[in-house]
Amino acid sequence: MRIICPVKRVPDTAASKKVDPDDFTLDRDSVEAILNANDEWSIEEAMRIKERDGAEVIVLCMGPEQAQTTVRKALSYGLDGAIQVTDPAIHGSDAVATARVLAGALREESFDLIIMGNQSSDARTTLVPAMLAEFLDLPALTYARKLEIDGRKLTAHRETASGHVVVEAEMPAIVSVVEAINEPRYPSFKGIMAAKSKPLSTRDLGAVGVDASEVGLANSWTQIIEATPRPPKQAGEKVDDDGSGTVGAKAIADFLAAQKFI
Amino acid sequence: MALSFELTPEQQELRRVVRQFAVDKVAPRAEEMNAKGAFPVDLVQEMGAMGLFGLPFPEEYGGSGGTFLDLCLAIEEIGRVDQSLGITLEAGVGLGAMPIFKFGSEEQKRRYLPALAEGRQLAGFGLTEPGGGSDAAALRTTARRDGDGWVINGSKQFITNVGTDISAFVTITAVTNDDPRQVTNFIVPTDTPGYTVGNGYRKVGWHASDTRDLYFDDVRVPAENQLGAEGRGFANFLSILDEGRIAISALAVGSIQGCIDECLRYAGEREAFGKPIGAYQAVAFKIADMEVQAELARHAYYHAAWLMSQGQPFKRAASVAKLYSSEAAVSAAREACQIFGGYGFTTEYPVGRFYQDAKILEVGEGTSEVQRMLIARDLGLPR
Repeated sequence: MRIICPVKRVPDTAASKKVDPDDFTLDRDSVEAILNANDEWSIEEAMRIKERDGAEVIVLCMGPEQAQTTVRKALSYGLDGAIQVTDPAIHGSDAVATARVLAGALREESFDLIIMGNQSSDARTTLVPAMLAEFLDLPALTYARKLEIDGRKLTAHRETASGHVVVEAEMPAIVSVVEAINEPRYPSFKGIMAAKSKPLSTRDLGAVGVDASEVGLANSWTQIIEATPRPPKQAGEKVDDDGSGTVGAKAIADFLAAQKFI
Repeated sequence: MALSFELTPEQQELRRVVRQFAVDKVAPRAEEMNAKGAFPVDLVQEMGAMGLFGLPFPEEYGGSGGTFLDLCLAIEEIGRVDQSLGITLEAGVGLGAMPIFKFGSEEQKRRYLPALAEGRQLAGFGLTEPGGGSDAAALRTTARRDGDGWVINGSKQFITNVGTDISAFVTITAVTNDDPRQVTNFIVPTDTPGYTVGNGYRKVGWHASDTRDLYFDDVRVPAENQLGAEGRGFANFLSILDEGRIAISALAVGSIQGCIDECLRYAGEREAFGKPIGAYQAVAFKIADMEVQAELARHAYYHAAWLMSQGQPFKRAASVAKLYSSEAAVSAAREACQIFGGYGFTTEYPVGRFYQDAKILEVGEGTSEVQRMLIARDLGLPR
């Protein structure tokens, strides 16, 4: 079996981010870049399949040259090799353009399964897995919180707002996963050391059959027209209880009801 | 020769990964483990899966194929949130497995090292005796030749990692051939008849680490359990301590850094007289001093580890690093508690735990006095 895990280099989730005032893209140099956390779950799931059934697991990353550190990070979990698509024309690509590039790279590869995180922690669109499926004409099992493999048949528990639904597909297919699917391991020191010598193939847009006129900031379907800094944190509402607990409890219950949590 | 203080990208990544593990998995449990004196076998095994217990050993023995400095980086990052687990790692590798790696036969290394390197088992280092301590040569434990094996009698004190659920054996020093100058090392498996592990001590700190007294009552081990050459046991064990001092220094740096982490957070949040206490020099200067201590101590252990890796004499550098960093750790923890005021004396924040744990750093693996003695001797002062 051959599994490909598309991953994304994202700014550190905990860091405060800056937006370029000219083109509204994220200033990626001002914050530390990390491997998208959701991709750790897809890598873990791929590694479990590899350890259980045997598989070659390849990481695929679209990003600038510096994204090689993200690729090596992904490899340190024990993956077998990497493909990195790097081209200056990609800068500023939206979800559609990103899916186009990833699809181009995947058309050049043989695979049984594509496993990816359901979203990136910076853009949070959750669209790329489904778009990729559309471009590649593959079934997509998205938001998987559990994945079973029986021969060529995939069964996924798809997380919904109220629980989960069970969906099935035949391989080859695309699966996107959510946090509940597993608890990712920590890379071992051997994995960290091995990552630097794992094969990494770097490709430009031409090599993945995508024209520069289809990607990048200027050619994205989504255009950001305005960006406003996050407003400063507002002071919370303070409720003084009379000591009986009833005032406070009612205030909390009312708040939760107003937010539709209860 | 080039002077470089830069860690390799892989060492930086190791530090990041261990830091992440420590923050995610260790920090949330550190105070509970401390309060209960609970030894976390599951965390040890998870660290084993990450390869931390095998860092300085070759892959052919189940190790990770790294260096002693790699081990020190991991110890620092674990010690930054929990000193007990930090000493468990330090002793597990530096004292438990290292004698097998350095002095064991090929067969002993293949037999014992993989389980230790993978964190599935722990071993102890039985040097100190009730009458010993700094006078480590005052050994009373004896091994008498009996047929093709040995019979051991005596006791050991303050031995780490010998009473856990995964403690497999202890390596010891014993006087052989009734000649106090003839000290030999032996491997004593935990289940050997006549070998008794004591109940442990009520310690001031390091509550979640395992420290025991050991008793050997006509303990019979086969000849194959002799470790290293006959009569070389004392010198061999002392060389283990030389390296161990670098690792203890890394543990002390973890303590100082942990105090800095906590103080930065607290001094930025806690307000007094209308502004955060970190805005007052009385607090800010204490934290600045801690940073100086952390940086000097870290460079000192990096340097000692580097000398060792280059095959150069490193004993004095190891003593310098261990002496400075352990005394700095006590000082930094005391000042950290002072910054936290009343809360520093509670278990609500980790700084109190760092303070209780720091004292032993000035004692274990050679007291501060022994370090000064070794440095003075190395400088050629008259004896």
